Parts: sequence; structure tokens; C-alpha cells
Amino acid sequence: MPLYLTALFVLSATALAALASGRGRAANLVGPLGCFLGCLLGIFAAASALFSPTPPALRLPWSVPYGAVSLTIDPLSALFLLPVFILGAAAALYGRGYLSDLAGKRCLGAHWFFFCLMVLGMALTVCATNAVFFLVSWEIMSLAPFFLICLHHEEDRVRTAARTYLFAAHLGTAFLMAFFLILGHLAGSMEFSAMARVAPDVLRPFAPALFFLALAGFGVKAGIVPLHVWLPEAHPAAPSHVSAFMSGALIKAGVYGVLRSLTFLGPLAPWMGQTLLAIGILTGVLGLLAGLGQGELKRFLAFSSIENMGIVFLGLGLGVLAAATGHPGPALFAFAGLLFHVINHALLKGLLFFGAGSVLHAVGHGFMERLGGLSKRMPFTATACVLAGAAISGLPPGNAFFGELLIYVGGGMAAMDMPLTDAVWAWTGVAGLAFIGGLSVIGFTRACGMVFSGEPRTDDAAKAHDPDPLMRAAMWSLGLLALGAALAAPFLLTAMLPAARLLLAGQSTALPVLPSATVNPEALLTAAVGVAFGAAALALILAFARSRLLARRSVRSHGTWDCGYIKPAPRMQYTASSYAEPMTVLFRRLLGEKRRFTPPEGLFPATGASRFASKTPDRVKDGFFVPLFSAVLTACDALKRFQQGNLNLYILYLLATLVILLAIALGFAS
Amino acid sequence: MTARVLAVLLPLLLAPLAFGVIHRVKARFAGRQGKPLTQIYRDIRKCLGKGATISRTTTWLFQAGPTINLAATLAALSFVPLGGLPAAVSFPGDIFVFVYLLAMGRFFTIMAALDTGSSFEGMGASREAVYSCLAEPMLFLALMALARHSGDLSLSGMLSAVSAGSWLTGAPVLALVTVALFLILLAENCRVPFDDPTTHLELTMIHEVMVLDHGGPDMAIIEYAQTLKLWIFAAVTTSLLLPAASGALVWGALWGLAGVFAAAAAVGVTESVMARLRLTRVPPLLAAAGAFAALALILVGG
Repeated sequence: MPLYLTALFVLSATALAALASGRGRAANLVGPLGCFLGCLLGIFAAASALFSPTPPALRLPWSVPYGAVSLTIDPLSALFLLPVFILGAAAALYGRGYLSDLAGKRCLGAHWFFFCLMVLGMALTVCATNAVFFLVSWEIMSLAPFFLICLHHEEDRVRTAARTYLFAAHLGTAFLMAFFLILGHLAGSMEFSAMARVAPDVLRPFAPALFFLALAGFGVKAGIVPLHVWLPEAHPAAPSHVSAFMSGALIKAGVYGVLRSLTFLGPLAPWMGQTLLAIGILTGVLGLLAGLGQGELKRFLAFSSIENMGIVFLGLGLGVLAAATGHPGPALFAFAGLLFHVINHALLKGLLFFGAGSVLHAVGHGFMERLGGLSKRMPFTATACVLAGAAISGLPPGNAFFGELLIYVGGGMAAMDMPLTDAVWAWTGVAGLAFIGGLSVIGFTRACGMVFSGEPRTDDAAKAHDPDPLMRAAMWSLGLLALGAALAAPFLLTAMLPAARLLLAGQSTALPVLPSATVNPEALLTAAVGVAFGAAALALILAFARSRLLARRSVRSHGTWDCGYIKPAPRMQYTASSYAEPMTVLFRRLLGEKRRFTPPEGLFPATGASRFASKTPDRVKDGFFVPLFSAVLTACDALKRFQQGNLNLYILYLLATLVILLAIALGFAS
Repeated sequence: MTARVLAVLLPLLLAPLAFGVIHRVKARFAGRQGKPLTQIYRDIRKCLGKGATISRTTTWLFQAGPTINLAATLAALSFVPLGGLPAAVSFPGDIFVFVYLLAMGRFFTIMAALDTGSSFEGMGASREAVYSCLAEPMLFLALMALARHSGDLSLSGMLSAVSAGSWLTGAPVLALVTVALFLILLAENCRVPFDDPTTHLELTMIHEVMVLDHGGPDMAIIEYAQTLKLWIFAAVTTSLLLPAASGALVWGALWGLAGVFAAAAAVGVTESVMARLRLTRVPPLLAAAGAFAALALILVGG
């Protein structure tokens, strides 16, 4: 606990120091340095809490009604603290390099102030055990990104994105307030420990309402479909180190919230598991399908984050379903798998956003159709992104594979053991996860292939370069951590199991906490790590043999075989939209892709006379949220009738209100 | 131990021969003599002996693609039993590792194709990515049906649980899974009706067009990995259809070999009697494979 508090203190001190050090270079030194040090301390605090036998706790009185500064770092909190501090540290390093051009032009002091506040808010959120304190931390964490997103506030799309984010964050909080008020009323206290002890009979009539309130409130943050609309707007608009933190850590606060609130709602019903599973599959599949229609790199990565939250909810749904139907073995696998995936996604998505940031930094935009051939100009970034892209698609020996493997095996065990009606859900989960994996391969081969491979499609792509050493160091650290997480997967699992057991124990008191699993998760991961890295070692051996074989032969360099065409040009390369075309055509009804096509006419069509443009809009946003909010706006317009600006009228309103209130009060009194 | 080594060693040596069987069957159907059964060995040796021509556009990915694919295919092969011989590696849950290893090989093959910047290779890569994305869930459904049928989550375990006796009790399930697996075999190995490996029109090919720019040792590696992949799927499919009657070393191995070559002959027959499907017809066919697998799953029942 002292280490954790020191980390928080360093972060708050840095926030104030950054604010005091002005707009320029000084702020860009104090902010990142302090943030990095604070996060480093935090990593040690989280790691030591993860392995401590009793969770460190702190409780201080607070003058706010029903509030108290209650902090407990139990295994679940510690697990979510890790991505917060790891990404906080890496983003601080990367951000310093990323912002160095802007020193003096933008108020970097304020930027780093809000950045530290965001990290601090999230570190408090995942440890808070008093509902009032939790909501305050949650608001700090939710508000700070608004100011970070609007760094480039002169751009219209940035302002729109920041506003969308703010709306989404606040609407989410409204659901959470309702959730905690109902639960606090039932428990008679705002302490989490009391909420977890509410008698099942008291809870039962409220459980469905509470479940959906938590799902809506935390789901907005996690970006589950159909509440994801803010994510693809905010991530591309924010500076890349902020997107990396938001995607790697911030949206995980939503996952944490759902997990924590499920421990209050136990014993859970099977329909909750089925709902979560359906949401997971929907989020995963729709997230990536919509991502395939995107032409901007960071926007695609945002959709990929939505997809990965889909995988997390899919695992959660499988686990809850298995636990609720009395199969603790598969449930433990699914819970451990989803927790593992949370960590894995944080590391890889952080790295990918850094990579995308380097492209943006060097080229000035991230439109795939105008990039290409960057791997020759920025080999480090290209290699990092291709490997991270393979890993996040769940391919061995990447770290994300081992998390997904646990979910798969949980689903497989459930599909074998359950009665047919439940097993159908588990099968759907397994097949859905496979489909998501396949879509992810399309998505990341497309993104990496179009941006880094081939020839530059435009001149601006041709002058790209690798980022400066500090930004590279941030990418190295996340990459090495991801590799370490893959190699140490069986060891990490032992760190993950206490939190998974916590979730399982929260589901039902009737279930044994230690499952009689037919498959030992550690043995499974050890074998899988062995085979996956065996394959990687084999690839290295074969590559060595190949290079020895070619060493004595003639190796010529030549242009790409163009099937006899005389004048190939870079613009003739396959584009990102043509690459995704078979899939977007297959799901055109679902995606609502819009096309505008002016075909070439005549035998010798004039240059520029034919045009083709395609756009994949967000159907949830355009079809539901935009009409909803414009309806709200129209309804609010009607209220303007009462707002005349006439003082006499306002006094009349006051009088009328008083009379009505008096009448009501007298009515009640009699 | 010997059995486990043989289950890997035999495919390493004999996988190209299965390709020879396909060619021979197709030639006989067309009324030709056909090239020698061992022609593909000579092709691989010829390619291995050559130098290389590498596109200026490419990076390390282009050269690493075939090698990584071969390594992944070899690792996947270690999970596959052969007739009565158990697989070299087997643990509960290995089916998921097995499928994902093949996906890893595919990812880097696709990246190598995109690395050339060629439109043709981009086209092939795009189709390969899409069809495998559709085939993978179907493969999982088929494997889940087998898992529920046998009560085992390892490839070796679920295949060895199938015996001649289980055809008496669960014939519909096994028949449906076999059909689904055979369709997936054709899709994953880029055979007719999903893809035509012998066509000369780059526009109509999928796998072949992805490797247009590879030559020399890389081409040899690609061809060899392709024969291994066919072997993997053939061995899995036929071990359902022809469950090994005896666990004895020699008979088990011979039974397995007979199964693989029978599957190769079946591929040859399929390619001879039907044409490649239009590209838009491919997803429905894969969905049909999925429907068979799903039906099998439901038939396994509680």
C-alpha cells in the first residue's frame, strides 16, 4: 500500500508541477518524467499486491455524505492496475517525443496535467471500494481525456470527437449512479463489502435491472456494440500516446466495472451469461466488419479495440453461463482467459497505436489508400506493427493467443459437458471466436500490408522515417513485455487465477471454489508455449538453413513480376478497400456501405472522368443515436417557449411554482 | 515412441507422393498417361538447387513468409495421428493450437504476397484471407462435434476414439463431419471447386497467385509445405472414414497411408468431375460445410 500511495503522490505532484511549468519545453520534461517515475512505482505496487496473501487496504474518513476514502488492492484490482501503470509509463515516454514539436505552440503543461490526472483517476477507480469515492474517481478518469482529445482543437473533427466522447462518458455515468443508488439502498451502505453481502432474496427482484444498468454504464466505457459510437471518433482524434492509453487501459475500466458489479449480483442466472455472450460475439464481429470499411489507420485500430472488448465479453459470457449452470471448470478457464486477454490487448494495442502514431508523425496522415511502402523507410515501426498485428490476431506464439486459448478450451469443455440447450451457446461462442480471429487476420494483414508493404502510393508516403529514440524505447518496452507475457504465460496464469477465482466465488456460493477441472490450465499453457515457440524456433532454423543455401548462389534483385505489363505504377497496387472487398460485399446489407461510381465512358475515356468512392458509415450511430439525440433536441426546443427573457414572466413562474408546491404540501398534510 | 516418430517421419517423406496421386488420377480421367508419381520430388529438388530473384519492392517479410509457413505447418503436423499411429504431440485442447498454427502460416504467406506490391498477389491474398476466415469457424464446429462425440479435446484422442463400432451407433454424426471436413480440406488446400491450382490465368487463382513472385528455394519450400498441408487434412478426414482396426505399428501405418492416398485420389476425382465455382458461390458452399458440422453437433446430442 505505501508504494501505491507514493505512486499516486508522485502522479499528483507531477500534475501540479506540469501545470506550473508553463506551455513549453519545461512542461514537456517535468510531465513525462514524473509520470514515468510514478507509473514505474505503481507497476511494482501492483505486482507486489498481486502476490500478497492479504489484499492491502486503506480506509480514511471523508466529509462527503456516505463517502469514505476506501481503497483495497485485491487480485482483480491489482490485475487492472498493471495495464494502467504500464501504459502510463510507456505513453509518457512516447508522448514526450510525440509532443516535442508542439512545445510552446500548445499548452503542454495543461496537457500533462490532465494526462497525470487520467492515470491517477483510473488507478483510484480500480481500487476504490466505496461507491461515492468510486464515482468521483470515475469522473476524474472520464473527464480528463476530454481535454487530452482536444489537443488539436482547431480541427473540426477533433472538436466533434471530443464532444461525442464527453456525452458518452456522462450518459454512462448516469446509469452508474442509478446502479449504485439502488444497490446502496439495498445494502444500506455505499461500501462495496456491504453491497457484496446483500441477501440473494432481497437482491433477486432487482437483479435484472441492476445487471442492465451496470452493462449500460460500464459498457459505454468498454465500447460494446451498440454503445461503441464514441470510440472510433475519439481514438483517431486524440494524440497517439493518449489513444494508446485510452485503448490499452481506459476502456478496460469498463471491463473492470462489469466484472466488479457481477461480484455484487451473484448468484447469476444463465440468461445473464447468454446476454453477455451474445453481446461479445456481436461486438467482436461487427467491430471488425465495420473496421474493414475504414480507410484511416487509427480508426481501424479503434474498431479493433471494440473487437477485442468483444472477445473479453465473449469469455465473460461463457464463464458466467458455465458458472451459472454448475460447470466451474470451464468457467475458471474462461475467466482466466478474459483477464489474460485484457493484459495482452493492453500491451499490443498500446504498441500498435504507438506504431500508427509514428506513421502519423512522419507522414502527417494515416489514410491507407495514400500510404504504402513504409517498411523500407521506417523498418523498425513496420516490423513492430506487423509482429504486433500478428500477435493481436491471436496467432501463436503471440501473447494474445494464450489468453484466447484459455477461452477456447473453456468453451470446448463447456460444449462437451453441458446439456444440449446450453452447449449450443458454448458452440456459438467457439465458432464466433474463430470467426473473429479470421476477421482479425484480414484486418491486420490489410492494415499492415497497405501501409508498410509495396510501393509508396503518394509522395508524402515516400518521405517517412522512423521515430526518435525515446518513442522507439516506448515501443521496445511494450514489445518486450508482450514477448515476455507470451513466454511466461503459465507463470502469468498463476497470477491470474486468484482474480478468476474471485469472480467464480462471486457467482454462486453453492459452487466449489476449486474446480475439478479435467484439463489443468497450467499444463495446457506450458504445452502450448512449448509448441508455439518450438514452431518459432523451427522457423529461425529453417531461415538460417535457407540463407546458408542461398549464400553460395546468385541472388538477383528485380522488379515485381507484373505479368508482362509494360508500365506499372504504384497507384495500380491493390488498395485497402479492394483488399477488404470480398468481405464487405458479403456483409453489405449489414454494413450499409455506400458507393458512388461514375463509370468510364466511350472507347477512350477522358482522364478524371470516371470516379469511385465508397464509405462505410456507422449504422448504429446514424440509425439510432443521431435520430435519438435530434429528437431530444427537438423536444428541448419546445421548452424554449417558456424562456422568453421577460422578467415579469419569470416571476410569474416562481409564483406559480410556489402555489403548486404549497398545494401539494397541504394536500399531503391533510 | 517409434510410432510417434513414424507419424511425423512418414508424412515428411511421403507427402509429395500424395500430390503425385492427385495428378495421376486427374490424368487418367483425362485419358492421359500422366507425369511420374514422383515428379513433385524432382520439381522440389530442382527449385532447391536454384538461386533466387527477389523483387526490389520487398523486405524481410517476403523472404520469411514461406519459411514461417513451413515451420507452422510442421508444428501443426506434429498433432496429427496417422491411422493407428498416435500423434507426436498431444494434449487436451491441442485442436485450438493446431488450427491457429495453420492460421499463423497463412498470415505470413499473405504478408509475403502483399510485400511485393503486385495487384495480382494482393487479389490472391485478399481471397485467401476471406475464404479461410469463413472456413475456420466451420472447421471448429466440425472438431467440436468430434470432441462431444468422443469426450476428448485433443486431436489424437478424438480421432482414435472413432472405431468401426462407432459407425454402427453414430453413423449420421460421423458421416456429416466427414463431409464437412472434406469440404474444408478442399477449401484450405485451394483445390477445385474452391480454387484451381493448375489454371494459367492469374485472375482466377487464389493460392498460386499469392506465390507468383517466389522462386528457387522459396518455391520449393512453398510446394513442400503445400503437400504437408494436404497430408494433414487428408489424414484427419480419412481417420474418421477408415478408423484403424489395429494399433500394431506396421498395420497402423499402412492403414493410415492407404487412407491418405485414398483421400488424395478422392481429391483427384473431385477435380476431374467438376469445375471451379464462381467466386461468389464459394461462401455458400463453406456455409454448407458449416451447416453439416452444426447438424452433426446437434445429432451428437446430450
